Amino acid sequence: MRYHDPWYDALASGWGETDGTDGTGGPAPEVPAARREDADHAVRAGDVYLEVQRSAAFQEVRGRYLRFVVPATVVFFTWYVAYVVTATTAPGFMARPVAGAVNVGMVAGLGQFLTTFLLTWAYARHARLRRDRAALELRWDTQELTRGIRGGTS
Amino acid sequence: MTGNHQTLALLLFSAFIAVTLGITTWVSRNRHGSEEEFYAGGRLFSPMENGFAISGDYLSAASFLGVTGLIALFGYDGLLYVVGFFVAWLMVLFLVAELVRNCGRFTLADVVAARMSERPVRIAAGTSSVTVSVLYLVAQMVGAGSLVSLLLGGTSPAARAWTVIGVGALMVIYVSMGGMRATTWIQIVKAVLMMSGTIALTVLTLVRFHGNLNHLLLTAAARSGRGAAFLAPGLKYGGDWTARFDFISLGLALVLGTAGLPHILSRFYTVPTARAARRSVVWSIGLIGAFYLMTIILGFAAAAVVGPDTLRKSNEAGNTAVPLLALDLGGGADSTGGTVLFAIVAAVAFATILAVVAGITLASSASVAHDLYASLRRPNAKPRSEVAVARVAAVGIGVAAIGLGLVARNLNVAFLVGLAFAVAASANLPVLLYSLFWRGFTTRGAVWAVYGGLIPALALVLLSPVVSGSPESLFPGVDFQFFPLQNPGLVSIPLGFLAGWLGTVTSTEVPDEAKHAETEVRALTGAGAV
Repeated sequence: MRYHDPWYDALASGWGETDGTDGTGGPAPEVPAARREDADHAVRAGDVYLEVQRSAAFQEVRGRYLRFVVPATVVFFTWYVAYVVTATTAPGFMARPVAGAVNVGMVAGLGQFLTTFLLTWAYARHARLRRDRAALELRWDTQELTRGIRGGTS
Repeated sequence: MTGNHQTLALLLFSAFIAVTLGITTWVSRNRHGSEEEFYAGGRLFSPMENGFAISGDYLSAASFLGVTGLIALFGYDGLLYVVGFFVAWLMVLFLVAELVRNCGRFTLADVVAARMSERPVRIAAGTSSVTVSVLYLVAQMVGAGSLVSLLLGGTSPAARAWTVIGVGALMVIYVSMGGMRATTWIQIVKAVLMMSGTIALTVLTLVRFHGNLNHLLLTAAARSGRGAAFLAPGLKYGGDWTARFDFISLGLALVLGTAGLPHILSRFYTVPTARAARRSVVWSIGLIGAFYLMTIILGFAAAAVVGPDTLRKSNEAGNTAVPLLALDLGGGADSTGGTVLFAIVAAVAFATILAVVAGITLASSASVAHDLYASLRRPNAKPRSEVAVARVAAVGIGVAAIGLGLVARNLNVAFLVGLAFAVAASANLPVLLYSLFWRGFTTRGAVWAVYGGLIPALALVLLSPVVSGSPESLFPGVDFQFFPLQNPGLVSIPLGFLAGWLGTVTSTEVPDEAKHAETEVRALTGAGAV
């Protein structure tokens, strides 16, 4: 059977490249052996991920991400719900004129657009400057570690 | 409507079909038929291309025609829709886009199933994805049918039926021949066309009012016959508390539903990295935001220039506000400018429906083949290529959508879209957020989260005044109405989250620490991402 999917290709070729730690060594392991070996690898790859997850570098990336998105999500969601609830429960307040034909409701609606644009900009900037480089280094390190086990996957 | 409009609109629309079919043939000239190619277009689109494609996928006829019509008829209350549709993108940007790109391969179920016992979770997430897609598809089909009868003059049921069948057949050709690559290029072409059309109309409006938006608003308010009330909330969703709660429910569904729409999620897999996924969302937020700001201007302009009486006479729901505005801005019904502009807008509206329909069909055929078929086939059955199954699924979903579109032809398009958003927010969002962010989430929690949102959402709709118990409902003759709101979001979204939590705390399964570590590390770093 031929898989054209590169993901499967990588996995299949990986089995043959192991350094024989399981005693299967040969270039074309039997299917049951490969399966057992695969499960074994999965366990050890899990250890790698646990190790990376506990590392200070990863906790820093995770912390930076969560410290931005949790407050930002709370802020935009509260602001949006407040807007919708005010529009439905206090239309009189929203109708109060501000300047010319523009009333409080119009200003609040355009304010939603403005905050969305601003938060998008702030998130993109934060991710680019504070997260991307560290995440990329972690990615290579993690893939290096899992490659050692899986022999070429990912 | 005179013959000139129709001929020109048909010509432009035929040109769009010819170009898109050409694209489909061109991009599929040496396809290899791999899953990577069919579901994700080879994952090599640039952020800008994907940003245009996302906005093309997201801005359906409900936005281009429906929302402008609502603003033209109800003033400020129409604007509330626009805000909900737009703010929802922050949810996608912050919590979903990058993490989903890093963890999954083709579908929502990939992300969830990575941590759980695969089969039940895949079946659950696949079922809810297909349900959401079919609801969304039916809305687009109904829109196509009514658009044709309105714009091309033919109000005969046969003309509508043939339009729906034609749209369905075309989308099946696009999707099954060209896969994600062709669908993406169709979205890009459509997004460029729609943005250009909207910019042109906005510029003409501003010229007409000498750039004075205050004057535009005042004219719209005066022409509406409601005065200042037109510019304040309450015309559509004021009155009794049922209507107000209904609106809060809709607002919640709009802002939380976008992040659970399968055809939006699948777009993130067409770019190479999570960083590219983020940049494509930033592009699409820019495009969608600009589009909706112009929609607000066009809606008020339709009220000020065309007037609500003419709009209501043409279409009770206001769906023809933009084409009628174009006719007037171009110089009136008898002028060349008016005819040309009207035809362009009508052709853009058709293109919009076709492109959105193609995007949704692709996403749902991916769910059928990659999630449902792969989990449900007998283990010793002859393995068949997933892509072949997906092609067959596209035909099947096309036929189902055509059938349902014909049955539901009298339902309101905006309502159907709101319903699809509510189901997406109830069934897809809780399971997605839990599996990305909750360490202790288990298989039972995942399955309960999906069904605990999906079943109440659908059941509440069945028991709502939409289906029975009022003169406007689907079955006006019978009355089994029990739930007062038209949109189930206010109840079913919290139920989805609650069910996921309940399923997790009652399950005996010990959450797999290593699998959670893998999901978290992969989500935030991109390690091992395909």
